Amino acid sequence: MISDAPRRAELSLDPPMIEIDELHKCYGELEAVKSVSLQVARGEARFIIGPSGCGKSTFLRCINLLEVPTRGRMRVGETSMAFGPNTKPLPTRAQAEFRARVGMVFQQFHLFPHMTARENVMEGPRTVKRLPIAEARDIADELLAKVGLSAKRETYPRHLSGGQAQRVAIARALAMAPEVVLFDEVTSALDPELVDEVLAVIRQLTEEGMTMVVVTHEMAFAREVASAVTFMDGGAMVEQGSAEQILEHATNPRLVSFLRRFRR
Amino acid sequence: MGYSWDFGAVTLHPHMWLWGFVVTVSYSTATIVGGLLIGVVCGMLMLSHRWILVSPVNGFVQAFRCTPLLIQIIWFYYALPVAANITIPAWFAAALGLTFYMAAFSAEIFRGGLQSIDRGQWQAARAIGMLPWQVMHRVILPQAARRMLPPFVNQSVLQIKNTSLLSVIAVPDLMYQAQLMVSETFRPLEIYTSLGVAYFAMLYPLQKLAKKLERRDDI
Repeated sequence: MISDAPRRAELSLDPPMIEIDELHKCYGELEAVKSVSLQVARGEARFIIGPSGCGKSTFLRCINLLEVPTRGRMRVGETSMAFGPNTKPLPTRAQAEFRARVGMVFQQFHLFPHMTARENVMEGPRTVKRLPIAEARDIADELLAKVGLSAKRETYPRHLSGGQAQRVAIARALAMAPEVVLFDEVTSALDPELVDEVLAVIRQLTEEGMTMVVVTHEMAFAREVASAVTFMDGGAMVEQGSAEQILEHATNPRLVSFLRRFRR
Repeated sequence: MGYSWDFGAVTLHPHMWLWGFVVTVSYSTATIVGGLLIGVVCGMLMLSHRWILVSPVNGFVQAFRCTPLLIQIIWFYYALPVAANITIPAWFAAALGLTFYMAAFSAEIFRGGLQSIDRGQWQAARAIGMLPWQVMHRVILPQAARRMLPPFVNQSVLQIKNTSLLSVIAVPDLMYQAQLMVSETFRPLEIYTSLGVAYFAMLYPLQKLAKKLERRDDI
């Protein structure tokens, strides 16, 4: 403990949680992500916005290796990796261990339909971390309480509303105690009246200092909670800055025209 | 012109019925189980993305799906020993043909069942750090199994009926025993009618089971 040491000036020089350097993702001829670099500090909520098909989801999926980048370098927490024609892909087991530390929540929830809400949340701690059942259950119950779904513990996903299902999915990601959570348009598939209950959970996580990267079309929400916003278009990072800079004082013409679509 | 039925011929040799029944059930069970096991492996290989694995398995599956089982049985009995210069006993040749036939259809059922599971399930399971075999075991197979069960039962029903083809290479199954009894008693109508009823009594409950499983599609 260095509790009574004066708050060190180097604190701001702490290495970022995520450091991505000139990342490319190609599908044959198509370059979906073009040399994107990004740094996300510990505890930061980084929002990525941009038109559909701009590569922001692909980029997000590269961060937890659901897509393997074609070229570039990336570091998340302690794990550094490089991608390119001459680098070997990370072994399967190392990839899995890496993903266990980088949570992800999907647009379509992808809950396991043959498991109850509680079993969905327990699955990671049980199967991946090999925790005893009782311990995994405690983790699940605590997280389901946190997302306001204690009453739905024994419910199967087909009986949950979209908003409830997405909150279970968030709890499932959190159950691994990840260093970073990635959110991939998690409210896009929801009925409008169910969006807020999911955003409330994400807002709470930002307040708790969870490091996260959020791909979203919810501009008002981004304005409210984002530590920084990145605007992507055509696979490339066009602009980044504080939420205010990007969302209110945009000067880049592509960004301005993109944002105009969200105003009446 | 009237034909006088005489079902006395049917009950003349009860031990032949019994022995035939035992042989039919044994061949059915053994070749269904064997076929399933080979089929599961083939189905998995068909889903791998390696051309070198997929194409031979595909070739095997298509060859067995697109030729009559009768030809396969005869081929394994007569042609394989010549081609490979080995002697294989009739019972084993018969079992091989039936097993591969079941394997080919199971492979397709298995492949289709696994592929019918949404890719998002793979992604979600991998995203919490599961290894591929854990994803398969904990997430994909439990869901796919429910979808694969009805077609597996249907295929098994077909398989049991198909064992009647074994009689052509003198495997003493129900069909073969019936043929023996016919040549002794000259009562084909009575004996084959009874044989049909016997198969029906075996298979109808199975078919009912398949229907029941189909309806229980509750995910």
